[in-house]
Amino acid sequence: MSITYLEAIREAQAKALRDDPRVYIYGQDVADFGGAFKATKDLAKEFPGRVLDSPISEDAMVGSVVGAAIEGMRPIVEMQFSDFSSNAFNQIINQAAAFHWRTNIPCPITIRMPSGGNPGSGPFHSQALESVYAHFPGLIVMTPATVEDAYDLLLEAIAIDDPVIFCEHKFLYNRVKVEKLPERNGQSAGKARIARPGRDLTIVTYSATVHDALLAAQELARSGIQIEVVDLRTVKPLDTATVLTSIANTGRLLCVGESWPWGGVNAEVIARVASKGFHLLDSPPQRLNSRDVPIPYHPDLWRASRPSVAMIIERVRKILQW
Amino acid sequence: MLNTLKEPQRDALQSGFQEQYVKAFKWMLLARTVEEKIANLWRAGKIAGGVYIGKGQEAVSVAIGTMLRRGDIFAPLIRDQAGRLAFGEPLLDILRTYLGSKTAPARGRDGNVHRGHPREGTYPMISHLGAMISVVAGGLLARQMKGITGTVGATSIGDGGTSTGAFHEGLNFAAVEKLPLVLVVTNNQYAYSTPNSKQFACHDLVDKAVGYGIEGYNMDGTDLRQCLEVVGHAVERARSGGGPQLVVATCLRLTGHAEHDDASYMDEELFKQPLGRDCINLTESFLLEQNWVVESALTTWRQEAKAEVEAATQQVQREPVCSPADEDWMPLATRRLADFDF
Repeated sequence: MSITYLEAIREAQAKALRDDPRVYIYGQDVADFGGAFKATKDLAKEFPGRVLDSPISEDAMVGSVVGAAIEGMRPIVEMQFSDFSSNAFNQIINQAAAFHWRTNIPCPITIRMPSGGNPGSGPFHSQALESVYAHFPGLIVMTPATVEDAYDLLLEAIAIDDPVIFCEHKFLYNRVKVEKLPERNGQSAGKARIARPGRDLTIVTYSATVHDALLAAQELARSGIQIEVVDLRTVKPLDTATVLTSIANTGRLLCVGESWPWGGVNAEVIARVASKGFHLLDSPPQRLNSRDVPIPYHPDLWRASRPSVAMIIERVRKILQW
Repeated sequence: MLNTLKEPQRDALQSGFQEQYVKAFKWMLLARTVEEKIANLWRAGKIAGGVYIGKGQEAVSVAIGTMLRRGDIFAPLIRDQAGRLAFGEPLLDILRTYLGSKTAPARGRDGNVHRGHPREGTYPMISHLGAMISVVAGGLLARQMKGITGTVGATSIGDGGTSTGAFHEGLNFAAVEKLPLVLVVTNNQYAYSTPNSKQFACHDLVDKAVGYGIEGYNMDGTDLRQCLEVVGHAVERARSGGGPQLVVATCLRLTGHAEHDDASYMDEELFKQPLGRDCINLTESFLLEQNWVVESALTTWRQEAKAEVEAATQQVQREPVCSPADEDWMPLATRRLADFDF
């Protein structure tokens, strides 16, 4: 008996619905159909009247849950794909994110965004938008890499009194699994995790590329290179302290993430390290992002467009030769 | 289903209606007076940013605030001072917000028309038109899930706002869920400088009701009696399970988009048409015609409104203003998740 990342997301929602009558789920095809990825499978049956299908209206979906939050609910919105959240951008960044600042009243909504690329998904079903949403004050942005974090962080997201952008990576849905769900920790947001200890170089990453970084680290270990992998878990707030502590040990930094390079999470990590930990660095900090192009459709182009294990290894070797 | 209420007989007016009408007029007068004061303060350089007033739209707006009850939801738009007052917003709110008092509802974090008291049912608008429709509808959906019945949500929009995607998504969603939403469209002929001819191509905005499968009504936005009757009917229909209601009022914006706009682009002919009449003047004439009031009483009411506005202004001008020293610069409710490592 094992549980996948996707099942953990479903289980977290089931637990939230069970434990808190204020929780409900709203999104396209989420009720009887169980969602495009089956993240809400059977929940409508188990919780009648609390898993609701929406029209194809991303703007109204997010606007409506802000209204529901004002009335005391704790809604979960499922975007069918993170890419479609651009249609809800106004309600997310202007309505939800600014609400507490303007009114002093909490806006506890969770927006689940099936994120990131899969072979053959193309430019409109593949985007990793954590860097975009992290730009806006008033939002929490979570990027779980593991089954445990998908479960634990989602429950925490629902409990948090602020709007949370929950970036769940589609590539991980059925590819990572554990034997059983963890006991809840409950306060993981804003706390990075050392996914693998090492002394030669720090890779700061999050979401799916944590697994690429771990594979790269495994490979590099064969030639005696010890990589420390820091999994940010939430990109906003960003755990600067854990990153700096790691770099104090290794002196070298490579940031890896699937979003685009300009002004993103990797750029933010490097900016913080440069301004607060410049003296800790033995070489220039580096970043590895997806290429600065719309995401390609063809699987071979797609693989070549995002950070891969081979690219990480190559970049690490370059940094170590500096 | 498309309805236009028949012109009611004047002799059918009931005594309860007289009381409601007079009360509504007093809110209109207070709204016009306080907005004139705000405009004067702006011209005197006492207000930062834009000033947006509802001159010419008080009858439509006050009808919404009058016909809603405590416990309902109201998301006003920019020209809704009269409706805000009638729904229960304190007169001090507008002055505190524009004059930057630290006790303003948004404490200086937001300004002018973006104020509200969400927990008391007044949702604060954002500037993006159409965006409040789904928020009000979502609030109503939540109430439905919580088993709260008998409350209504209303929001305002203009002719320009009907062209947005948010208008469509919000109204369609409310219609699908059959929510008790009243959407009042005030067609004041212009969206900033853009006339109706460049805004929509349908014959009449109320025709949109058919497309959403909801009930729709036209009304003369200069006529308080008609506004109270039509909005009252729509609110009651929504309250008794009739689903979303679209009310389209026709009138003219008797001012620029904002105080910095001289509105020189407006067609002067419109001011000579019935829709260009000032609803305050029409309401006064009606009151005199019905013998519900004598001329001297009108003068007294005007003086009372002025005195109330002056007293409130003076009170607010003595209050401490917003200061960066009092600000915690904290956008989150969850303080432990603040990210200050920049």
